[in-house]
Amino acid sequence: MKYMMFVCTDTEPETDDSAVPDIDKWVAENDAAGRRLEGDQLAPPSAATTVRVRGGQLLLSDGPFAETKEVIVGYDILECADLDEAIEVVRAHPMAWHGRIELRPFPGA
Amino acid sequence: MDQVAGSRDPGAAASHPALDAAASSPPPGAGGAAAPDVRAVVAEAVADSHGRIVAALIRITGDWDLAEDCAQEAVTVALERWPVDGVPANPGGWLMTVARNRAIDVLRRATVERRKLAELAVLADPAPAPAPTSDDRLRLIFTCCHPALALEARVALTLRTVAGVPTADIARAFLVTESTMTRRLTRAKTKIAQARIPYRVPSGAALAERLPGVLAVLYLLFTRGYDSDGEPAFAAEAIRLARVLTELMPGEPEVAALLALFLLQHSRRDARRDDEGNLLTLDRQDRARWDHDAIAEALRTLPATGGPYALQARIAACHAADTTDWPRIAGLYDRLAEHLPSPVVQLNRAVAHGYAYRPADGLALLAAAREGGGLDDYPLAVAAEAELTARAGDRERAVALFERAAAVAHSYAEQRALLARAEELS
Repeated sequence: MKYMMFVCTDTEPETDDSAVPDIDKWVAENDAAGRRLEGDQLAPPSAATTVRVRGGQLLLSDGPFAETKEVIVGYDILECADLDEAIEVVRAHPMAWHGRIELRPFPGA
Repeated sequence: MDQVAGSRDPGAAASHPALDAAASSPPPGAGGAAAPDVRAVVAEAVADSHGRIVAALIRITGDWDLAEDCAQEAVTVALERWPVDGVPANPGGWLMTVARNRAIDVLRRATVERRKLAELAVLADPAPAPAPTSDDRLRLIFTCCHPALALEARVALTLRTVAGVPTADIARAFLVTESTMTRRLTRAKTKIAQARIPYRVPSGAALAERLPGVLAVLYLLFTRGYDSDGEPAFAAEAIRLARVLTELMPGEPEVAALLALFLLQHSRRDARRDDEGNLLTLDRQDRARWDHDAIAEALRTLPATGGPYALQARIAACHAADTTDWPRIAGLYDRLAEHLPSPVVQLNRAVAHGYAYRPADGLALLAAAREGGGLDDYPLAVAAEAELTARAGDRERAVALFERAAAVAHSYAEQRALLARAEELS
């Protein structure tokens, strides 16, 4: 089962840094276990361009499609047996502590 | 285990022409006189075995709708057959067999792989092993109560799938239309399938993390929706599920504690109102109308250790005793407030201290609880302040407070009880 992890910032991050896991360790462990298929960081939303075509016309706008305080800063694609395994992987990601992570399954994957 | 007699064997149900027409044909005339009795027997058998049947069929087929449809069809067939053939010796086993045969029939038509059919074939065979079906129910409960589902959806799904409560009844308690509730249930089942929420009881640390969530769903189910008598609409289902959980998880003191808490709260159902329907506080209830069997069972099963539910059950047990040990209740609330520092717990703790010691002690704790927030205009907080003020001897202020509590009361019955207390004091 494939899951997309949308890695997001949050306005109320964990304030106690002592127990926050290490990202390099997380990547290494999940790559080694074959659970992390790919993933990367994204450039800040200031670099985003939103594209629409309406009535055949190309419409471009500067910035992300949703103007919120929380922004997507990265993604990972996981291969896990089920949602519980994916949740266990995500809870050990530092951005689950400093931000928030949305887990979305790929349909029928 | 008793088995179905040969002549009533539902093993051939799937191919029996009369049964294929069961859903659409009128009930046989012979069943007319016996029908009400049979309905009661069917209802009892369904309440007892619905979760078992659905849980087993989901495990094997992975198809929630198929499982529910087949369980429902088994009930329809029972309502047709039992008035004519008599009630089978093992109604639950009979229903399981008919439901299983329906599932085989449907899957055969859908040409599923042989493995599932083979597993189904052994499911309700003459000597079914009790263990897997027990595990199935536990699996089903943990899946319905998965924290990745919305809380209300967990409660509704547990009621529908495990307890077999009709969607229309659940909709009524949630104050939504039946079609809205059907959509909600469908959405929850779709999420389970799409996000692949596992059909499994978590183990180890994960179990400790997830069990409180399951108990919270059962507690919500116990309190969710009240019928016209002010009784929780699903109290009986909650007690039934808590019993199943106690049976399946004997090593968990909080599970046993939750069942004891339900039994104690529910034991007062017939005494909570006077003949005019007015709500009665504990000290004014006719104790002869309490369900003393339920209280005895709760006291017998109440574990010596445990967390918040054990503390709440022990408090409820104190209230069921002949004389109320307020200092003990106050001590239990002190510990409960450490686990569960909610405004309502702080309020009850203040009242207990006010009754156990001086009313002024209670009023001081109440003022502190108010500062914590969440109690503004909460009728019971105003009523508690009124009662403690009355006990402190300031009748005039107490009357004014009872009248204010009545003004913000959530129900007419509550309002009448509070005004009656104001009347008494003036």
